[in-house]
Amino acid sequence: MSNILINLSGLALIGLIVWWFWLYRPEALRAAGPQPIEIIVADGVYTPARIEVPAGKPVTLRFLRQDADPCAEKALFDGLGISADLPIGKPLDVVVTPPQPGEYEFTCQMRMYRGVLVAK
Amino acid sequence: MSNLAAVKRLSISGMSCAGCVATVENALKSVPGVAEATVNFAEHTASVRGEVAVSMLISAVKQAGYDAAELRGIDDETEKEAAEFAHYRALLRKFAVAAAVGFPLFVAEPLDWLPHLATPPGYAFWSVTGLATLFVLVYSGGHFFRGAWKAFRAHNANMDTLIALGTGAAWVYSMLVVVFPGIVPSLARHAYFEAAAIIIALINLGQALEMRARGKTSEAIKRLIGLQPKTARVIRDGKELDIPISEVGLDETIRVRPGEKIPVDGVIIEGHSSVDESMLTGEPMPVEKKTGDEVVGATFNKSGSFLFQAKRIGADTALARIIEMVRRAQSSKPAIGRLADKISAVFVPSVLIIAVLTFLAWFNLGPDPRLSFSLVATMTVLIIACPCALGLATPISIMVGVGKAAEYGILIRNGEALQQAGRLTTIVLDKTGTVTEGRPTVTALVPAAGWDESKLLTMAASIETGSEHPLAEAIVSAARAKGIKLSAVNGFEAITGHGVSATMEGRKILFGNARLMAKHKIDLGNLPKRAEQLAAQAQTPMFLAIGDTVAGIVSVADPVKPDSKAAIARLHAIGLKVVMITGDNRATADAVAREVGVDEVMAEVLPGDKAEKVSGLQARGEIVGMVGDGINDAPALAQADVGYAIGTGTDVAIESADVTLMRGSLHSVADAIAISRATVRNIKQNLFGAFIYNVLGIPIAAGALYPFTGLLLNPIIAGAAMAMSSVTVVSNANRLRFLKTE
Repeated sequence: MSNILINLSGLALIGLIVWWFWLYRPEALRAAGPQPIEIIVADGVYTPARIEVPAGKPVTLRFLRQDADPCAEKALFDGLGISADLPIGKPLDVVVTPPQPGEYEFTCQMRMYRGVLVAK
Repeated sequence: MSNLAAVKRLSISGMSCAGCVATVENALKSVPGVAEATVNFAEHTASVRGEVAVSMLISAVKQAGYDAAELRGIDDETEKEAAEFAHYRALLRKFAVAAAVGFPLFVAEPLDWLPHLATPPGYAFWSVTGLATLFVLVYSGGHFFRGAWKAFRAHNANMDTLIALGTGAAWVYSMLVVVFPGIVPSLARHAYFEAAAIIIALINLGQALEMRARGKTSEAIKRLIGLQPKTARVIRDGKELDIPISEVGLDETIRVRPGEKIPVDGVIIEGHSSVDESMLTGEPMPVEKKTGDEVVGATFNKSGSFLFQAKRIGADTALARIIEMVRRAQSSKPAIGRLADKISAVFVPSVLIIAVLTFLAWFNLGPDPRLSFSLVATMTVLIIACPCALGLATPISIMVGVGKAAEYGILIRNGEALQQAGRLTTIVLDKTGTVTEGRPTVTALVPAAGWDESKLLTMAASIETGSEHPLAEAIVSAARAKGIKLSAVNGFEAITGHGVSATMEGRKILFGNARLMAKHKIDLGNLPKRAEQLAAQAQTPMFLAIGDTVAGIVSVADPVKPDSKAAIARLHAIGLKVVMITGDNRATADAVAREVGVDEVMAEVLPGDKAEKVSGLQARGEIVGMVGDGINDAPALAQADVGYAIGTGTDVAIESADVTLMRGSLHSVADAIAISRATVRNIKQNLFGAFIYNVLGIPIAAGALYPFTGLLLNPIIAGAAMAMSSVTVVSNANRLRFLKTE
């Protein structure tokens, strides 16, 4: 009985991993007005990591890097051809203009820090 | 010049319409001390003239509902280095604490020095050990757990997730064994505190070592930043003041004394000097500078003292733009890295699934004690998987490779250009200014019957005064050197690829190649024979005709650069076919080709047709690199698979080229290709290593070898392997720093 329970739990856990990490789309923070959007870079994550922005308009992202690990040093927007070197403990403004609606990923060099701009 | 005239430039964000311009301008003008404020909507910048602190301007813009930042100098790396060093020390401390708990347990356990769990002293000992390990997890491994939790909440999984789950599971299981031994089968009653502590220790150590190694990867940028002087001597209100370079405004007057570095880019307004620009152009000879000449920041003033007006400051200076270009290139990725990116995007959740499957496989099929085996194998899978090595493989090599190239005066635009450069099969060299010096001189004057040399040169120089062609400059300066007075011409017309025509004293004059003469049916007599002889000596003979009579030949030669032959031999040695392309006549081109040893010559090619010639080579299956100057050859450079613009470091306008060669020598092309090939090879080694590591490591950790050899990997070994895998990738990339191109 306990064997079956453990096996079923294992399979349920796999389902949960697939749903939580791959299928679920968390709600994006919506850019409001001309104010820069502050993104904290700490503990391996961008906060917020999913940001909704208007397509075709410049948006200022203000990165505040708190993590001194070199992993956190760069913010790369592969699809937009932008890369920024983030100073430690000081804000850095990065102006991005997603040309058309779609998702634009931004990551650190190792792609452990990951965020998405959802252009609408 | 008063400080009132100093211009501060701000970057403005948040302006969405032209109406915002007026709002921002009014906000800036309302700040006391501002004499003038203009906002450029297209550039999102504001220029403010006046005696006012930048912070006041920024806060005024913010109050108006927008945001602003100063456009200023290149950040030096001191603060960043201090923060990184503090982080490095913290990692070492965390390693030491975790190792102090883990290693004694690791050594004592196989020697049977530790009390047995089932005894009262054993219970007390293991309980204390459990608490000590918890302290290790919190103090030394807290950042992994925080990162894992935050990532989890953001529906993301990263390396922290794997470490936190692996070590966390080991600790929870071990505590269950200590506190509630009854719920665990007797054979499976084993504590794994030492594994949890040592894994945390090793990963901290690995991160510290990786950090040190990574510091070296950005040395090239640090060296470039180090070229920038810290202060400038500005003249404000008639007084000379030493101020930090970041405070220098546009249009300020700056004094530079002998032996000092020039702080920013500008134009000399008083005095003259010789300036060593070798740090940016590689030219060893100092350049004479006088009033009206441009000077470039970070170059070295040798002899005279002068005043200059700042024209480009902060992020706009040539040095800042070079640094920015190198930085941008260092962060870019070639296609070769895309697969690794795709894999690392799904890597961690995939490893989590493999870990669950591993647990179930051992639980259902494994030998007793099944629970212990299941836990050890699962933990080992989580710990051994290393997404970092995979993610780092490409960018870290690009970073070192692009930096190395910058040291050689080679600016590579992006990783894609670097990858392409490694695959080239043919190099096309533009002759003038690339193979040759690009500074032609008059080498022979052959007057026709009834003419003399002086008259021939006078006519030729007079007609060429209106031309901007480099050959024209040679003729005009030869005439000036002889003190010849030039006559006025009318109706000047340049006929591309042929020559020029004009009217002088009522007579039509033609000056150009044999094609131009043929077009106008000029009888050249026996001059073509002499022209052929001159061309065979790598000279460019040009015919002068007055009315329909030929007056003679003016022959000009552009000397071959002294190192072109050796550089072309290097290109051959690395297996490339070398083609020379020129608008010059066939005989001259052949003579130059013979001298330097190219494989194929494309002569008499009109400037507009160069791109077509390049695409012709591409149609033959060649992967073509084109070397030329960034302006005239721009279409051909764009058509080529990799365009190399020969320029100087002071002219970074050549951003359209894939690769900019700051030094004029063709050796730079061979160096650029050697560095590109070495970097691509390094990326492949890293990717191969990282793939193989994970592809072999994960199944071995899961116990794939157990049925055949009885081998199950110790999670501590997995931790060591994982910690070293990133260090290995970074160290391998660092080998590029020692690359010798010749």
